[in-house]
Amino acid sequence: MSRTAIRSEVVEWASGIYEDLEFTAVRQWLEGHPGRKACGYLPVYAPREVIHAAGMLPVGIHGSGNIEIIRGDAFYQSYICHLPRSIVEFAQSGRLDMLSAVLFPSTCDVIRNLSGMWQILFPDMYVRYLDLPQVADPALGAEFWRRELEVVRRELGRVAGVEVTDARLRESIALYNEVRAIIRQLYALRSEKPWQVPTEELYLLMRAGELVGPEAFLEKAREYLTAAQSDDQRVRDRTRVIITGSFCEQPPLGLIKTIERAGCYIVDDDFLAGNRFLTGDVALEGDPTTALAEALVRGAVKTSVLYEPDPAGKRNLMKNRVAAARADGVIFAAASFCDPALLDRPMLRDGAEKAGIPCIAFKFAENSGQFQQFREQAGTFSDSIKLWGDA
Amino acid sequence: MVIQKEMIAEHYERLERAPETGEPVVYTFVPGNLTELIRSFGCLPVLPEINALQSGMRGKSRDYIAEAEKHGHSEDVCTYVKCDIGMVLAGNIGPTGTKLPKPDLLLLSYTGCYTFMKWFELLREQYDCPCVFLHVPYQGDGIIEPEHREYMVKQIKELVIPALEKISGRKYDEDALRERLELSVQAEDDLVWVLESAKNTPSPIDAYFGAVYYVGPIFSAFRGTPEGVAYYKALRREVQQRLDAGLGPVAPAGPLNDQKYRLVVEGPPNWTHFREFWQMFADEGAVVVASTYSKVGGTYDFGFRHNPADPLGTMGDYCAGCYTNHNLTNRIDMLCQYLRDYKADGFLINSVKSCNSFSAGQLMILREVEKRTGLPGGFIESDLVDPRYFSAANIKNRLESYLQMVEARRAGGSREARAS
Ligand code: SF4
Ligand code: SF4
Repeated sequence: MSRTAIRSEVVEWASGIYEDLEFTAVRQWLEGHPGRKACGYLPVYAPREVIHAAGMLPVGIHGSGNIEIIRGDAFYQSYICHLPRSIVEFAQSGRLDMLSAVLFPSTCDVIRNLSGMWQILFPDMYVRYLDLPQVADPALGAEFWRRELEVVRRELGRVAGVEVTDARLRESIALYNEVRAIIRQLYALRSEKPWQVPTEELYLLMRAGELVGPEAFLEKAREYLTAAQSDDQRVRDRTRVIITGSFCEQPPLGLIKTIERAGCYIVDDDFLAGNRFLTGDVALEGDPTTALAEALVRGAVKTSVLYEPDPAGKRNLMKNRVAAARADGVIFAAASFCDPALLDRPMLRDGAEKAGIPCIAFKFAENSGQFQQFREQAGTFSDSIKLWGDA
Repeated sequence: MVIQKEMIAEHYERLERAPETGEPVVYTFVPGNLTELIRSFGCLPVLPEINALQSGMRGKSRDYIAEAEKHGHSEDVCTYVKCDIGMVLAGNIGPTGTKLPKPDLLLLSYTGCYTFMKWFELLREQYDCPCVFLHVPYQGDGIIEPEHREYMVKQIKELVIPALEKISGRKYDEDALRERLELSVQAEDDLVWVLESAKNTPSPIDAYFGAVYYVGPIFSAFRGTPEGVAYYKALRREVQQRLDAGLGPVAPAGPLNDQKYRLVVEGPPNWTHFREFWQMFADEGAVVVASTYSKVGGTYDFGFRHNPADPLGTMGDYCAGCYTNHNLTNRIDMLCQYLRDYKADGFLINSVKSCNSFSAGQLMILREVEKRTGLPGGFIESDLVDPRYFSAANIKNRLESYLQMVEARRAGGSREARAS
């Protein structure tokens, strides 16, 4: 098979999973693994290693703009973001019945409160709110988070009927280190040669990775990476941009395509940020829970959902990311009513603009259907950078 | 009310003089505030939410919010934050007209609200001062887990106290703290007595519109102070007198003695049209007998008191017990208990656009409480300090139709009673 054909096949596979609103991949996994269970998690960061070590399938629940909202709107006022509506819709329509547990990380108060709604709506499901350590002192934070992880480890083991031994957890950590490594490689390749890795494709692959388990994801990601590395594509004259603010509610695929087609190469983003939340490998030596805790406390990505202890941290963040990705500009793309992204934006944007980085900002919803306005904004942005960028 | 006004005015004046007197200034939040600890170091607390709501009440928030939005703050986020940032950008003149001093320390007590974290990250951009973070774990399973309590105590010991020692130049004095906590308990007892006086018919207080004044001192700078104790003693006396005389609270346009409806309210009030909002209730003869908003700075009526014997542990319990740090199940249980204990006719939710901490999930709270109690629930939407989101006609309409529903239920109830 040609490289292009391999890529297309992987992308088609991923796209099928992304488009499917019935979570068939999860159901098939459960059928193929009798006696095993599935555990969902909401954005942004949840310790998938622990879920996996309990023998469960980690299932990312990211909402969708493609599902018709019939029941979800009855749960939310108009001034709350769209993501919890589609998630409630999935849940209330029985599409998430195959889950035995769901983890709700402390991303924001909407997800926090959704954990309480879930406890009431699905009393038979194991629900845990995961308070990520928000403390400037790494020793205190690690100690706290280690204990939280121990609770989840014990409880998921109980739900799965498995003792989550150190050996099991270490194996899962090793596997997820591989997942992280390949994602880093894919992101690095896209940054280096964005024409080889269109973001639309990378995004679909990442989305599929949220539902199929790490083993299946690794296989497909490796195939894709190998093919993409040498599948030479035409280099176009486009502006290199970073997208930021889309770490929780996801933009519709059409929006990602629109930005690229409007003359931009996306060279860094925070879509599905949970899969890159830990920036390095998790240590395989010593106590595995401690290793996971340390990895979060000492090596988490800079994000709106964690406290920034460095007073200059917010100001410098975009400057550093732009330098690392050799980007020409930043697009702040936040979901409407998204507190973390929108409250952070003035600080990030101010820092970027003071560093002379061109920026634009817009809001979207996962179900935005009209892209004309985004096309115009991104197109003008790209053109102006090309025209004036070196002036 | 007069006493409170004087206390507040004096506090703001003292704040204005702080740069000369050298009293260190600590900005912190209402839920999970460590006032006794702050004061035990001779520091003065500033509560930005209080500034924002006062600005709302005094008609200044519209301009402040516009100023913040002009500086890139989104129309979608909490208006308290924008009101505060706008006030800072406009010269930081506090609601009483005095200049607010810069903080020497931002004490980010992260209790029950995500936005707090961003708020102080944003303020830190304005001031060159340290920020200390106190992470208060949420009661996700409806309890304060012992390890969470320990985590809070460690943070207070290892992070908060050293930060206060540094800015004040004083050593931590546990005895001084205990003395303050003893004063807190006295005020807390009196406050609970006042809030529970609403169990009487007629109620001598309005436990929402009136209670926001009553909780003011204890939720802000005056817990653990002799002035705070004196205020609550005086308040208790005043309420006792009304109770003895069979009188109701004094609404903006006069006393509300003829109380047709007893309601429980969930959610914060609107501040820009506060008096108008209250009067809409009073005009219908509706008195609020219990509210959750008056518990954001502590759920004292559920038994919590600061414990001077365990000064740091008790502060952990206090922080974790504030209303918005409770999960939805606890919040629903509280509302059901209020409806029962205060013999209410029904409950209303004022859902504010600003606040995901309160608002996300309120429609489900509405249905659950109705289901469990069989009492009618109503839903109103407004905002805290953004006047653009207060539609008087709409709210009045909703309130009237809600009360008609209560009336209809009553009629149905008495028909059923007659039939049985
Ligand atoms: S999109 Fe933003 S506000 Fe909505 S759930 Fe996600 S983080 Fe929270
Ligand atoms: S979001 Fe709600 S709790 Fe948080 S600061 Fe705003 S009003 Fe207060």
